[in-house]
Amino acid sequence: MSDVAAKVTKIIVDQLGVNAEDVKPEASFVEDLGADSLDLTELVMAMEEEFDIEIADGDAQKMLKVQDAIDYIKNR
Amino acid sequence: MTALTSTALVTGGSRGIGKAIAETLAQDGYQVYLTYVSKPQEAEAVAAQIQARGGQAKAFPLNVGNAEAVTRFFAEEIKEKVDLAVLVNNAGITKDGFLVRMKDEDFDAVLQINLRGAFICMREAAKIMTRQRHGRIINISSVVGQMGNAGQMNYTAAKAGLLGMTKSAAKELASRSITVNAVAPGFIETDMTASLSEEVRKTYEEAIPLKRMGSAQDVANAVAFLASDRAAYITGQILAVNGGIYC
Repeated sequence: MSDVAAKVTKIIVDQLGVNAEDVKPEASFVEDLGADSLDLTELVMAMEEEFDIEIADGDAQKMLKVQDAIDYIKNR
Repeated sequence: MTALTSTALVTGGSRGIGKAIAETLAQDGYQVYLTYVSKPQEAEAVAAQIQARGGQAKAFPLNVGNAEAVTRFFAEEIKEKVDLAVLVNNAGITKDGFLVRMKDEDFDAVLQINLRGAFICMREAAKIMTRQRHGRIINISSVVGQMGNAGQMNYTAAKAGLLGMTKSAAKELASRSITVNAVAPGFIETDMTASLSEEVRKTYEEAIPLKRMGSAQDVANAVAFLASDRAAYITGQILAVNGGIYC
């Protein structure tokens, strides 16, 4: 697992209180990991803090699955 | 790791209603952080008095009108340092004047501190409270925000604005067991009302069903209730502490 993927996984585990093995690349934040809209906002804020970036609302709304978030951060 | 100390942050806690709230929440067992702008000695005296009675309190200089300073304060003094159980947005100023004479700067200054300041504090507190999965936010509004008051276009706008923010924040944060309520004091004996003429005071008292002005303690009691476990199922509400004025 890449460094970014590991960090993103850790953030998701911390934020959503899920098991690391459930945080698969194809997992949907809402449907598979049980995130609500406030969780999604908090996830984005946690990623902004961890990677020292700013994620625009439009970009955040496109992050539906775990892999989307990893790809987004890798491409920054 | 030891548990973080359950803490109540009261903005504008050096005198008047804020002081009574700080003292009452300290009696209820919270560590109290109170902020001040213009009266360092008075703020330190409030903290010292709480400590003398066996409570925990600290005073911090903080202008809630300065968003950067507020953000820094939360990062340095609150986040991961204490359990932020309660935020009381009490800090406020007045710059009264009739509509036709009110300067843009006087409108902006009051909104900047009384409304935007509360917003910034709520935002920073909410970031922490959502992670904690608990918290109480209490905004100090005013009866004049509900019924209007000649000469207070700016102040009433801010106080009415607080009520809207209270209801919105209550909805947004409910899923995290955070309650957000407002207390709307009526005419209360404080520095802010001490300057009123005897005639104005009489007129006010006539309009109050209980026929007297309230005390800062009356307001603090309502805040303490909303902060307590007894108010766990109350959110998005306005608790009027005004001697029976209906509005």
